[in-house]
Amino acid sequence: MFMFIVRRIFFALVLLLAVSFFTYMLFAMLPSDPAALTCGKNCKPDVIAANRVRLGYDKSLMEQYWLFLKGIFAGRDYGTGAAAFSCSAPSLGYSFGQHECVTTLIAQTFPVTAYLSIGAFILWMLIGVSTGAVAALHKGKWQDRAASIFTSIGVSLPTFYIGLLVLFSVVIWLRILPFPSYESPFDNFPTFLRTMILPWLVLAVLSAASYTRLTRNGMLEAMNEDFVRLGVAKGLTTRLILRRYVMRQALVPIVTIAGLDFAGLLGGAIITESVFSLPGMGKMSIRAVVESDLPVLVGTTMVAAVFIVTANVLVDIAYGYLDPRVRVK
Amino acid sequence: MSDVAVVSNDSPLAIEGKSPRELAWARLSRDKFALVAIGVIVTYLLVAALAPVICSVLGISPYALDGDALNDYGLPKGAFGGISTEHWLGVEPGTGRDIFARLIYGARASLLVGVLATFLTTAIGLVIGVVAGYKRGWVDSVIGRFMDVTLAFPSFLLIIALTRPFTQRLESLGVPEGNPARMTYIILVLATFGWVYVARVVRGQTLSLREREFVEAAKASGATSRHIIFKQLLPNLWAPVIVIVSLSLPGYVATESTLSFLGLGLMQPAASWGVMLGDSVRYYRADPTYLFIPGVALIVLVMAFNLVGDAIRDALDPKTDRQNLL
Repeated sequence: MFMFIVRRIFFALVLLLAVSFFTYMLFAMLPSDPAALTCGKNCKPDVIAANRVRLGYDKSLMEQYWLFLKGIFAGRDYGTGAAAFSCSAPSLGYSFGQHECVTTLIAQTFPVTAYLSIGAFILWMLIGVSTGAVAALHKGKWQDRAASIFTSIGVSLPTFYIGLLVLFSVVIWLRILPFPSYESPFDNFPTFLRTMILPWLVLAVLSAASYTRLTRNGMLEAMNEDFVRLGVAKGLTTRLILRRYVMRQALVPIVTIAGLDFAGLLGGAIITESVFSLPGMGKMSIRAVVESDLPVLVGTTMVAAVFIVTANVLVDIAYGYLDPRVRVK
Repeated sequence: MSDVAVVSNDSPLAIEGKSPRELAWARLSRDKFALVAIGVIVTYLLVAALAPVICSVLGISPYALDGDALNDYGLPKGAFGGISTEHWLGVEPGTGRDIFARLIYGARASLLVGVLATFLTTAIGLVIGVVAGYKRGWVDSVIGRFMDVTLAFPSFLLIIALTRPFTQRLESLGVPEGNPARMTYIILVLATFGWVYVARVVRGQTLSLREREFVEAAKASGATSRHIIFKQLLPNLWAPVIVIVSLSLPGYVATESTLSFLGLGLMQPAASWGVMLGDSVRYYRADPTYLFIPGVALIVLVMAFNLVGDAIRDALDPKTDRQNLL
């Protein structure tokens, strides 16, 4: 098991290196000139030239990529003399659009995304797994049919549209809640809750739908396994069989998908954040797209990739614990 | 005739083996939801295909401005967004364009993107998945690592981030400027990130298929890899592929509308549901009806595809009719 974990982590690091290379090259090959975007429309050519040198865009692509990688571990200094500034490690570059180190920007916006993701994730796992379990235990009865209708509707609703409808109806037409304006939970907890409740619910209910199906099908499949037959034959109580054998087996695919979904969210819940005006990483990415702020895009892509790859490793390890058969292989 | 007679061997109604395909079809045609959903999809496809005909018969156009249908503030005259005998679903605020006409032209755009993206994704995923599963060894490893890298990218972020530069690149390569280039980009980028999911499933299926007797028989009689992959393996993969297709198409339709809504997909004056939704948000206070029409159209189509996909998957699953122990 230990060697398995070490191998997985090593492989994950190689994968991240590959992703960083592709990301950097992909964005560097875009037609826009990052140096020209450092100052407004009426920029003098010599300022652009100076910025180009200062931000390192005068160097070759491979050299730029090397400096980017080095910056992650050693921090990075830009320019010399009075105009110099530096981004301490781990540096993901410097945003000329917002005149700030990318790492600082991510550190500012990440908590919002994290609160949104964690809250929604807890809610959706609760809703999804419980409705799925109820459906499986009442297969073919009205509970099962209700759960299947919930699933079919839930997976078909586009997040941006439902988010908008919920926002308009609750905030503007019914005026139950004030217009969302984000505040940190440590500054103003009631406002934080009032802002987050709608995005949490929308994200959770829509995402829960596919987990309902996953749980239901996983449980029904597990109920047909030989080990359940053995449990029944041995005279174990249904409760015990469900908890020890059925749920444990049904959880394996759920853990996999939940891990990846959660990681995907942490990289920026782009649509939810845009609809509910939450100043998270997703919203920052959209702004960076509009402003062609390449360093921010490279940075958020890298952070998102780190989450996805880490989740993959954790899921693989969790697999080994949940399903002993994986360990044997 | 008694029940016993039905199962006796010399009766004309003797039990006949049913092929998996027949069993699946029998299960599917018992599923009323699925049949309704298939009806909905066929209707959408017909309406989308015949949009110009329908519009000319009704004398409406998705682009014609109708100032008479608007009041002094540029909002539709009459209740519910100006619904009338002339404009069945009302008119667009600001321009007075007919919403019904735009809706059925929007179906064209949305379905075109969905169908082409699904086709491309499936074709690429199918070929790569079969090759990886059949060849195994280093080919499989290389393809596997490539899939790992593709999956490690935050795809939606990249789709958004690369929209503008890649659309420009496409235009410089000779794709007609504007919406054709934008549409091409969406289809290509969805396929770029989507093939992995198809390839993964197909590879798994191929790994088990290649050990079967018919493949061995083909090999023994000297068939080339090419023959085995295309003539022996691919025809046996239709079941998982059909499920993937029917479940990924609605996802692509929804993604197109999301992108157009964010202003990164198709653009005015083209009609697509995403464009209409993005536009209607600006009038949510004055004309809420407009907000609901394209949204409902989108949701009904997506739901129909999902229902059919689920039904096909259930129908193809031999375990569907099994009784449970608990």
